[in-house]
Amino acid sequence: MKQSGGDILAIPAIEVKNLNRTFKTKAVKRKSKAEIVKALQDVNITIHQGELFGLLGPNGAGKTTLIKILCTLLLPSSGQAKVLGYDVDKEAHEIRHKINMVSGGETSGYGLLTVRENLWLFSQLYGMPTKIAKKRIDYLLKVMGLEHKKDSKVRTLSTGLRQKANIIRGFMTNPSLIFLDEPTLGLDVNASRLIRDFIKNWVKEKPGRTVLLTTHYMMEADELCDRVAIINDGKVLACDTPANLKKLINQDTTIKLEIRQVQDLSAFEGITGVRSFTHSHNITAGITKLKFILDDDATIADIVTAVPKSGSKIVSVEKTEPTLEDVFVTLVGRSLVNNDI
Amino acid sequence: MAMKEIIQKNIQTMKWSAWLGWQMESNWTNPFKFLVYTIARPIASTLILVVMYLIITGGITYTDQFHYIYVSNAFFMYVFWVLFGITWVIHDDREHFQTMKYIYISPSNYFSYMIGRTLSKIIITTFSIFITLAFGVLFLGIPLSLTSVNWPLFLGVMIIGLLSLISFGLALAGVSFLTAKHSGGVNESIAGIFYLFCGVVFPVHILPTWAIAFSKILPITYWLELVRRALGLGVGVDTALASISTETSLIILCVSTIIFTIIAFSIFFLGDRLARSKGLIDMTTAY
Repeated sequence: MKQSGGDILAIPAIEVKNLNRTFKTKAVKRKSKAEIVKALQDVNITIHQGELFGLLGPNGAGKTTLIKILCTLLLPSSGQAKVLGYDVDKEAHEIRHKINMVSGGETSGYGLLTVRENLWLFSQLYGMPTKIAKKRIDYLLKVMGLEHKKDSKVRTLSTGLRQKANIIRGFMTNPSLIFLDEPTLGLDVNASRLIRDFIKNWVKEKPGRTVLLTTHYMMEADELCDRVAIINDGKVLACDTPANLKKLINQDTTIKLEIRQVQDLSAFEGITGVRSFTHSHNITAGITKLKFILDDDATIADIVTAVPKSGSKIVSVEKTEPTLEDVFVTLVGRSLVNNDI
Repeated sequence: MAMKEIIQKNIQTMKWSAWLGWQMESNWTNPFKFLVYTIARPIASTLILVVMYLIITGGITYTDQFHYIYVSNAFFMYVFWVLFGITWVIHDDREHFQTMKYIYISPSNYFSYMIGRTLSKIIITTFSIFITLAFGVLFLGIPLSLTSVNWPLFLGVMIIGLLSLISFGLALAGVSFLTAKHSGGVNESIAGIFYLFCGVVFPVHILPTWAIAFSKILPITYWLELVRRALGLGVGVDTALASISTETSLIILCVSTIIFTIIAFSIFFLGDRLARSKGLIDMTTAY
């Protein structure tokens, strides 16, 4: 134990300094050279105990690589990473007593075992006392609405139910720090909401509990996280509370425009005063939604003028407050949502 | 953490991973079908060799040569299933069930977990060998008598032999950390090498000189020889080890097992470290 008594909470849950991680990709042809991919570049992050911290970034940004290093699955190439005061390389065993991890979008679990047997196995691998393990498994099965499936074999469960079982596996060991890598990926609205509520309550239940969450969903990060780091191409572009991040573009004007029968979106490109713009199409309704982040209100007139040039008609115009999505677009230069589509 | 507590935790890990191994082996069907399969599988695989032998020799089963082959093949099941099984655990956990990363980051010792999974393989294989020997005694005239078995030698040799097999398995597991689809080929090749060089089907002395030298450094060669001597079966066959006394063979088995265990543990921990360094602990390769 590094410190005693009340000082324990003074140790950062995560402390990352100048962290780098490179991967060597195999040469496709014999004569071609292997490529070095920089997954993380000089990453510096400190996460305090008791925080619900979000990592936002597109696919390949380095979020999962960072989580894998912190949960002792992967070694850093250079730099330092400490979890609850312990070095991820030299003191992995100490870290493993205090952490757990849940990844979304996968079908992990022993399909031949029942939900309860799977959970029981992991409780025993964590050395949980029998009574406590039984109690926690029963409690979490109830909270996650999986009680009726406890004796079903995991292979018979839907993706959503498997993910709920996976969430229980992660939380039942009562970790001081839990890594949640896209925990609601591919889940329906109700299941996602249930899991988000559970995470929020879990952190509040006991001081010092820490969550590091990666997500594609801006709304999820905005709703859950005390602080958020935006990461792209292995670099941390910004790290602050969602409110403070929004203030970065608060002086800017954000407008949403709905137009019909658009033929040429290039009419909206290169307008002076537009910092960034994103678009999505609703093909069924024949409507295109445009979102602009502007330097000032004066540019609105230029945008409206560009609508006829694009061959379309205005359905609605709305001036909005900036969202985390807008911050992301401003910093990264593209929308996370559009990428996913 | 006190030594006693560390030992207790490792035993608990082995116990539950052995339980998992048993569930994975047995839980795919109902108990009756599983029992039928467990009995039929070793008999069927043994009969392949028996039928081949009978065709070649014209149906003679009372020779030392037949007893030699029968007993050696029965006990070689340990080699195949332990080596194959232990590497398959890494494959299955990592790529099929996607649980390896969660087990790996748990406070349990992954090494102990692997030993536990191996123990379940050993228990199941022991049952298969028992069935095979019983079948041989009842239907093929294998002259195995419980009263003529040198039990102290047999039990001692089994413990040391299984330790050496577990070591080989763990070495292959270390390699499997770093490989994907090819692991199956690697462990089958290793098992094939042992099958050829350790005197399973034919005596070691018929091999070329270099191969005899190679077979004499492998603990499995001595293990099978000592098992045959302890059971009193196939001992009339001239093996290259016939001139080595039982005591000397036992000492060589112990020493070679210790050497191979040290090498195997080093390979396991090196493979583990390299896999963590290369990011292969949660690798999936379009299974």
